[in-house]
Amino acid sequence: MVPADLRYTNDHEWVRVAGDEATIGITAYAADQLGDIVFVELPDPGRALTQAETFGVVESVKAVSDLFAPVGGEVIEVNGDLAANPDLVNSDPFGAGWMLRVRLADPAQVEALLDAAAYDALIAAG
Amino acid sequence: MPYGPHTADDRARMLAALGLDSVDQLFDDIPVALRASALDLPEPEPELELAARLTGLAARNRTDLASFLGAGVYRHWSPPAVDQLLLRGEWYTAYTPYQPEISQGTLQSIYEYESLLAELVGLDVVSASHYDGASATAEAALMTCRATHRDRVLISRGVHPHYRETTRTYFSGRLEVDEIPLLTKGDGAGTTDLAALERMLAESDRPVAGVIAAQPNFLGLLEPMAEIGGLAHAAGALFVAVVEPVSLAVLAPPGTYGADIAAGEGQPLGIAPQYGGPYLGILASTDALVRQIPGRLVGLTTDLDGKRAFVMTLRAREQDIRRDKAASNICTNQALLALAASIYLAVIGPHGLRDVAALGASRAAELEAALAAVGAERLHPGPYLNEFVIRVPDARTVHRRLLDAGVLAGLVLADAEPDDPALADGLLVCATEVTTSAEIVQFAGALSAVLGHTDIPVAVR
Repeated sequence: MVPADLRYTNDHEWVRVAGDEATIGITAYAADQLGDIVFVELPDPGRALTQAETFGVVESVKAVSDLFAPVGGEVIEVNGDLAANPDLVNSDPFGAGWMLRVRLADPAQVEALLDAAAYDALIAAG
Repeated sequence: MPYGPHTADDRARMLAALGLDSVDQLFDDIPVALRASALDLPEPEPELELAARLTGLAARNRTDLASFLGAGVYRHWSPPAVDQLLLRGEWYTAYTPYQPEISQGTLQSIYEYESLLAELVGLDVVSASHYDGASATAEAALMTCRATHRDRVLISRGVHPHYRETTRTYFSGRLEVDEIPLLTKGDGAGTTDLAALERMLAESDRPVAGVIAAQPNFLGLLEPMAEIGGLAHAAGALFVAVVEPVSLAVLAPPGTYGADIAAGEGQPLGIAPQYGGPYLGILASTDALVRQIPGRLVGLTTDLDGKRAFVMTLRAREQDIRRDKAASNICTNQALLALAASIYLAVIGPHGLRDVAALGASRAAELEAALAAVGAERLHPGPYLNEFVIRVPDARTVHRRLLDAGVLAGLVLADAEPDDPALADGLLVCATEVTTSAEIVQFAGALSAVLGHTDIPVAVR
């Protein structure tokens, strides 16, 4: 069961909302599928993201995948710890492996994302 | 594992598995008009007749000339060990290994190439390898755009015209290339105009991703690389040095003057001059750009038993995995040519390479004096290594007459750089360690005759 307080996308990103800010990462399922993550490329703070836009790249020993913005907004902060310790995404995907914080452009976008039950059903279906 | 082609039975079984009747059905999505139709080829010839015809064609090559042609491709002595070792069948699978760690020997040869070149250019990372200097330069330009998220590069007109053209081709439609002019007078004539560069970098609405300059430049002159790099960095741009590898034995390597990327033609390292190649594109960068560099990277590690092992690393960014989002479309790694360069460098050694570069420079000084004595002075006052421009009125005609006299008098710059009036009377000439004093005397004598008696054909030697 994935954390119940988060929202999810079909592309396996998660969103944690606090006020008008959202923290974004990738799910444990995505991290497991990718394997050992060796590099995470993140945007510069200040960049305005639109929903579904590519905001970065995650690289594992076997694949490189784009990261898609689950919601639109301005990037406030990126997780600098991932530069030296990209494996945090594998070891703690919903915590220390977070990727960026954005100021939400449109909070209604969050409501359209999957809830935990819907996301669990998605990964159960493979 | 058999490497033979599919048999009729193989094909029939594959078609049956696909539920198809013929291979042609696989191409149904391609409009008929776009498919290859019967090629207009001559009938097969008996081997004896074919050999005779090809021998006749080959005989049209002038191998008798005293050559002073460089301009990006250089004649050097290659120790016979280089070609002999290249003939070994183990190396002939030059294609990128797709199950790379099985082929430890191939990986080691690529690792040795990368190590040798990294030492030569003074940068952290070398990829193996690219088609030629032109494509390596264009890839370097693309790297600067990816790394800075900017879409404009500045390339000095001192960079080889083919490299500039290839970069423009790679950039066409999506990214911008502007050329930095060369100074036309003063002590720096023929080198990059730093004031113009500064102005171009200052256009605030058109931020620059990378600045590209060559050392030595296309005209053989030494550029103020540290100053060019300093201006680039001050504007937030990366600095790309286009280098000739033999020269790095005596000139400062790119890593010492602030280059972020080095690109260049590896042909002088044990690869014979050949019209159309195959050649060897050198591409190197700082560690900070390791994820932007296209091509193969081989690393050294230990296996489960603690033994030394080689791995193809950072491979997930390449075309076979990342498709259209790959760092480049490079997949043919031309490992055989990288190997030729490795063997050459290993056989000749650092002292040998310094001797090659120094002897070429000394032959070029001898050539300069001999040509000046018959009235063909250098066009530029600045320092050069082993290649320079002489001023010869009606250079194209003189060049043709010298061919009749058995001398290949370098490159006619009016042909290579037709848009540059400052070079209209220029011949770009070159000497290397294989240039002999007798050839220099022959060139000077023939030039004297042509310049002194332009209406009388020169006697063939």
